Amino acid sequence: MADISKKSAKILVFSTEKISDPAIDMAGLLKLHYPPTVYTITIPCSSGIKPSWIMYAYEKGFDGVFIAADGSDCVFGESCTEKTGALVGKTHILMQEKQIEPARLRMAAMCSVCSESFVKQIKSFNEYLLKSSNTEK
Amino acid sequence: MDKRLGVYICHCGGNISDYVDVEKVREAIENDGCVLMSKTTQFACSDSNQKEMVLDIQEQNLSGIVVASCSPKLHLNTFRQVSERADLNKYNYVHANIREQASWAHSDDKKGATEKTILLVKAAIAKARLAESLTPNKIMAINAVAVIGGGVAGLKAAISLSDKNTQVVLIEREPFIGGRVGQWGEMFTTNQTGNELISSLYAQLVTRKNVQIYTNSEVVSYSGSIGDFSLKIETTPRYISQDCDAKELQKAMDVCPVVVPDPFTFGITNRKAIYGFAASQYPKQATIDDAACTHCGACEKVSKNIDLSLQKEMVELHVGSVLMATGFDPYTPENGEFGYAENESVITLPQFKKLIDNSESKLIYKGKEIKNIAYIYCVGSRQGDEGNSYCSRYCCTSTIHSAIIAKKKFKNIHNFHFNRGIRTYGKQEVLYAESLKLGDLYLQATDDSPAEVYSENGRTWVKVNDILTESKEMQVEVDLVVLVTGMVPRSDKKVSTLFKLPKGRDRFLNEIHMKLRPVETAIDGITIAGTCQSPKNVAESVNSSLSAATKAFSYISKGELETEPIVVEIDAVKCTWCNECSTACPFDAITQGLDGDRKIAVVNTTVCKGCGMCTPVCPTDAIDLVTFSSKEIMNMIDALTEQI
Repeated sequence: MADISKKSAKILVFSTEKISDPAIDMAGLLKLHYPPTVYTITIPCSSGIKPSWIMYAYEKGFDGVFIAADGSDCVFGESCTEKTGALVGKTHILMQEKQIEPARLRMAAMCSVCSESFVKQIKSFNEYLLKSSNTEK
Repeated sequence: MDKRLGVYICHCGGNISDYVDVEKVREAIENDGCVLMSKTTQFACSDSNQKEMVLDIQEQNLSGIVVASCSPKLHLNTFRQVSERADLNKYNYVHANIREQASWAHSDDKKGATEKTILLVKAAIAKARLAESLTPNKIMAINAVAVIGGGVAGLKAAISLSDKNTQVVLIEREPFIGGRVGQWGEMFTTNQTGNELISSLYAQLVTRKNVQIYTNSEVVSYSGSIGDFSLKIETTPRYISQDCDAKELQKAMDVCPVVVPDPFTFGITNRKAIYGFAASQYPKQATIDDAACTHCGACEKVSKNIDLSLQKEMVELHVGSVLMATGFDPYTPENGEFGYAENESVITLPQFKKLIDNSESKLIYKGKEIKNIAYIYCVGSRQGDEGNSYCSRYCCTSTIHSAIIAKKKFKNIHNFHFNRGIRTYGKQEVLYAESLKLGDLYLQATDDSPAEVYSENGRTWVKVNDILTESKEMQVEVDLVVLVTGMVPRSDKKVSTLFKLPKGRDRFLNEIHMKLRPVETAIDGITIAGTCQSPKNVAESVNSSLSAATKAFSYISKGELETEPIVVEIDAVKCTWCNECSTACPFDAITQGLDGDRKIAVVNTTVCKGCGMCTPVCPTDAIDLVTFSSKEIMNMIDALTEQI
């Protein structure tokens, strides 16, 4: 795990154009602050995230990856939830092979108005990553 | 050949540059590989900057641009159009959201916000470097709009859309069309009554063949997206057939044992669970209040036109767009707030307006003739950070108008306005002048020291430290206290929650941009109008509803919509046809094909919706989504992890 001798962990968020992006934008609009080391990459649907992208993020130095999943709101259909869960499961296996703590990948369903929930999840994830980094040391 | 990129970093007035050092961001990326030119700009969306961008693209022969500004929800199309005007394929433009996701989200940490912005812009550059020219897809758009809410905003929107030869489905939750305006009597500035306005609108609407009206109906589920929304509408029966005449209805009302406060009069009168209609309520058909009715059967016994066994009905409809006009609720004061619910001489503004309408020669409330009236302004509005901080806009005018009507309609009325600054803006100012001429007294309190209502020996007093007379304590004994209550969002949030419509800090539905996209929401194809968006007077509600109707029409008017050409691509060399992708696709867009004599996956690009569900399941990583390929995503990750 990257050295987190800092106040916030580096987190990559995979967010979706139609559902979670509006929630993250609204968090900004409402000035609901969260650590500035949280970066978003927008994709159409959370079930289209490749495990290799997540593994690459860890390899390059991200402390955690957060999937702001579409859940039952997905515009592409109900199977999104199950498929996003499957890709997370697949990634966990790859993480274990590389001895990366599975908890460094977090997923939560985010609706288009879940701004407060997003900020709460990110803050809690950040705290977890900082804490686990300190424990490792 | 490597890209020749132009990068534009926006100040957004100070919305971005107050928190992000935009010049530092520009310096950090100016030597970034294929960046040919980089600029900061006060407003990237301004006409002058757009023209400059077109010139830059043409003169510098740019093959791609990056704009770092507000959310792409706001200006994606603006900059795509700029690209097209400069003969640059619009998919060569990439956006970085540095306002909602940097300057605003991290306004508490300027250094952190600037560092984040540098990396976000670098990531956008990394993506733009790989961007390719694409051609958009077209999908069918259904020429029909669902208007949810049958108040003045919904009715005007429905008429406007119908005029444009669009099929309109008007859905009203209540048994009657008319909304709040139908509850009002005479209104400023036209002095028409709510009944006259609603009756005129309903008459225009009801004869139209391209308008379907559903009352007592709610949208209970929806699916689909812009161009083709599928809505399920549940209609509660009225239980009374149209054949029930006035005499028969009266008999049924007489035997009905259920008495409830009448919402139409804001509770100053009661009604039975079975009830008729006011002059401003349409359709002219009596109904039974399903929530209040105990189904005792007493009414059925006296009328053959009542059938309590009727069941709710469900209808499924397809529309291209949805227009929300669900209105507001009047603020209900807390118990004890200025004596409300504790002192029987205290009522709200909507109740007072009904009291005026319902009274003839004398203004009588609770058996007492009213002469001295105190109006306490801004109840439920301008409450500071802990409450409703907004101004409700309509109430100053409405109160003064009502006070003038009361003075003209009844004898010996004395009006005392305990205000916090009168806001009769625009043409409404003439009302204030008229009220002063008629001798109304205005006493002004400060925010910290509001007026106080108290009782002594059964008499009601209002006192205030009046800042217009050097903060002297003034006391008035009154017969009636009218709390000038403002607007709050609907307490019933079922339909807005169903569509997942974003709400603002004031809890009203939120537009994408207050000035530039004032009726659009974050959900493509859904517009908002009237007071579901924010407090408005009738004229402002109608303005917004006409705007929303025009926007909704623009989505569907061409019969087709352009959609993103974002489809998956198969790498024929890597593909081994394992069938995993085909199984994962929810749209059956992938089938087996041949590459020479090798079996491979083939994508039907007209069916592919660009979700990317098939991409993670490929064991040989042979599938990529256009503009979201592994190379693009990984390049962005590289950029986001660069050392600054």
